[in-house]
Amino acid sequence: MDVHRFELTASPHIKGPDSTPRIMWSVVATLVPVVGAAIYWFGPSAALVITTATVGCVVTERLFGPGGTLRDGSAAITGVLLGLTLPPGIPLWMAFVGGFIAIGLGKLVFGGLGQNVFNPALLGRALLQAAFPDDMTTWPAAVEHWWQLRGDNFALPLTSADPTVALTGATPLGQMKFEQIPTEAVDLFMGATSGSTGETAAVVILAGGIYLAVKKYLNWRIPISILLTVAVLSQVAHFVDPDRYPGALFMLFSGGLMLGAWYMATDMVTSPTTNHGCWIFGAGIGAMAVLIRLWGGLPEGVMYSILFMNALVPFINRATQPRVFGTGEEVVAS
Amino acid sequence: MKAFGVTFRHGVHPPDSKELTEAVQVRRMPFPDRIALPLRQHAGKPARCLVRKGDRVERGDKIAEADGFVSVPIHASAAGTVAAIDWWPHPDGSLAETVVIDVEPFSPQIPRPRSVPHWEGLSPDEVRAAVQEAGVVGLGGAAFPTHVKLSPPPDLPIEWLLVNGAECEPYLTTDHRTMVEHPERVHFGIRIMMQCLGVERAVIGVEKNKPDAIAELERSLPEDLDVTVMPLTVKYPQGAEKMLIEVVTGREVPSGKLPMHVGAVVQNVGSIATIAEVFETGLPLIERIVTVTGPGLRKPANLIVPVGTMLVDVLEFCGGVTDDAAEIVFGGPMMGTSQPDMRTPIIKGTTGVVVLTAAHVKPKRTYPCIKCGHCLDACPVFLNPSELGILAQAGRYEEMERLHLLDCMLCGCCSYVCPSNIPLSQMFALSKKALRKRAAA
Repeated sequence: MDVHRFELTASPHIKGPDSTPRIMWSVVATLVPVVGAAIYWFGPSAALVITTATVGCVVTERLFGPGGTLRDGSAAITGVLLGLTLPPGIPLWMAFVGGFIAIGLGKLVFGGLGQNVFNPALLGRALLQAAFPDDMTTWPAAVEHWWQLRGDNFALPLTSADPTVALTGATPLGQMKFEQIPTEAVDLFMGATSGSTGETAAVVILAGGIYLAVKKYLNWRIPISILLTVAVLSQVAHFVDPDRYPGALFMLFSGGLMLGAWYMATDMVTSPTTNHGCWIFGAGIGAMAVLIRLWGGLPEGVMYSILFMNALVPFINRATQPRVFGTGEEVVAS
Repeated sequence: MKAFGVTFRHGVHPPDSKELTEAVQVRRMPFPDRIALPLRQHAGKPARCLVRKGDRVERGDKIAEADGFVSVPIHASAAGTVAAIDWWPHPDGSLAETVVIDVEPFSPQIPRPRSVPHWEGLSPDEVRAAVQEAGVVGLGGAAFPTHVKLSPPPDLPIEWLLVNGAECEPYLTTDHRTMVEHPERVHFGIRIMMQCLGVERAVIGVEKNKPDAIAELERSLPEDLDVTVMPLTVKYPQGAEKMLIEVVTGREVPSGKLPMHVGAVVQNVGSIATIAEVFETGLPLIERIVTVTGPGLRKPANLIVPVGTMLVDVLEFCGGVTDDAAEIVFGGPMMGTSQPDMRTPIIKGTTGVVVLTAAHVKPKRTYPCIKCGHCLDACPVFLNPSELGILAQAGRYEEMERLHLLDCMLCGCCSYVCPSNIPLSQMFALSKKALRKRAAA
């Protein structure tokens, strides 16, 4: 008999089909149609911005990460998601810096994958928003030709965009907030509005999110509770003052809510591990987003609500630990 | 019996992979040339050796006696000569004191004549003594002495006898074949146990992926006893004692307590059939049904194997392993133990031998915990494996104990679902060991 070497491992000796890289790359795959929609609506600018943000993330992970972590796909997700939250006309160097911040300050300083408190993509965006408030709120208007850039993408590093190059428009939320002009629901649903590259086509985001939920690559309780809370609260406000406050449909499909609810809040690392916790987490995000949108100084608040609730995740987890089998209620033999 | 769910919460759905052997009739394997009988084959104290090197033993002779109440004797599973009493590889991975017997090549292997007690005339105490004397232990894997389960303290009334035919481990079909081929024997064993325990009700829980077993058991139901067959959802670990009790009775066994605290005694189908055999033939537990299977084995089979048969003999009888065989597991793939040594004997608690190929062995690379929460959704006792894993890596065992580590039954669900391939149940096994050590120190 030949010498046959056998493995010696601990039980269980078989393994389920899911793996961390598989989850991560599935998320990236479902983002491809979202990127496609972004390019459809915003032309080459969207492609440039998303690519640059992704390159920024991947390069940072490669240079400063623990090594061999590019294959798990988490840096790529952060990059694509960050790109999708940026205005199409933003200078590319800012998108690159955003990627660097997202991975460097958002993830690696905490200890890499699984250790970060805040959603890295949103942290990157938040810092960009603080550093470059003008460029981060310059939204493109409609252009004549699809291939036209939607802004001064090629502004030199460390310079702001040339305001004469940008054709500025307003986002539906901005129009609603500052001018009380509503937008057609159909346009919101399909994405024919102004805004960040990836936040406009709700229908594509919804399709990808539902696929991930079915595969259990995201916890469906989070997006559902966010959307439910937003719908209920905004509808109540709408009943109170229909002129000032938009209806639920507008609130659900405008701005970054869909992208935030399905792709940002559901980041496994920065969301609660317990199912009860996910309900609380989602409801908190929804309530806060409505508060900021309707009564805050900003037209959009999804990013800040998610970051805020990220910070509460450890507390939510602690408060919603499952009841261990055979504890709690007294079981008496009769 | 109303409003019972047919399953418990959480758990996992590994592919059951039973098609290799579920329809294969149980065959008897010829006696090997040599058998190795460890003195420690059951939970509790190891048996005390009664033979010496050079002694001649007949099949069925007692070679080691029970050492205390939670202990059972060991019997020779073949006639022959004691070749050695020495350290020998044990299925749990250690070396254990073992009686090695050179089997007499031309022996007819007929046991000494013995009187078979008529069970109806025996008091419960005498039944228990007979069961202990026959060396009967739970055949589902843990090998807990059966007579101990038959002796609940008088202040704990027992209402239910639960017969565990779930066999939720992938690949294994020993209980399945027992129920299909010997339903009467199962019912006879149930009758003895019910009388001994003084219970009125017995429920046989069988997973729905064994419709032929359910049909056979229902066909042969005794008319004078309250015995029901309950088809259960196919889900791992449906056969775990606590899960089965919850499904059938609706009661949770309190943390740190035994099934008898909620009025239930759970016994595996194979052990019950063994009790029946003891009172049919008078023979002690010297052989058992073992499923020898897996994608890495040439001829999978269900075999009656003398206890103490070595792994190499079993594999040889089943046509040997394929070229891509990568791992050999005693028991099921979820809770079984890897075997590196070909001389390791099949013992009383060995339910199966599963040969996995490289494609089926789990990957080695692990990733950081991404807090996905899948382990929380899998844990059948509602622990937080994700957090326990982080504490285990930091060696914070006392904190783990506060988070109910001791309720973990090492079923492996968390490791099975973990996308980052973190060896959670292995870490918990080690942490439990560390806690025990600290408690003893």
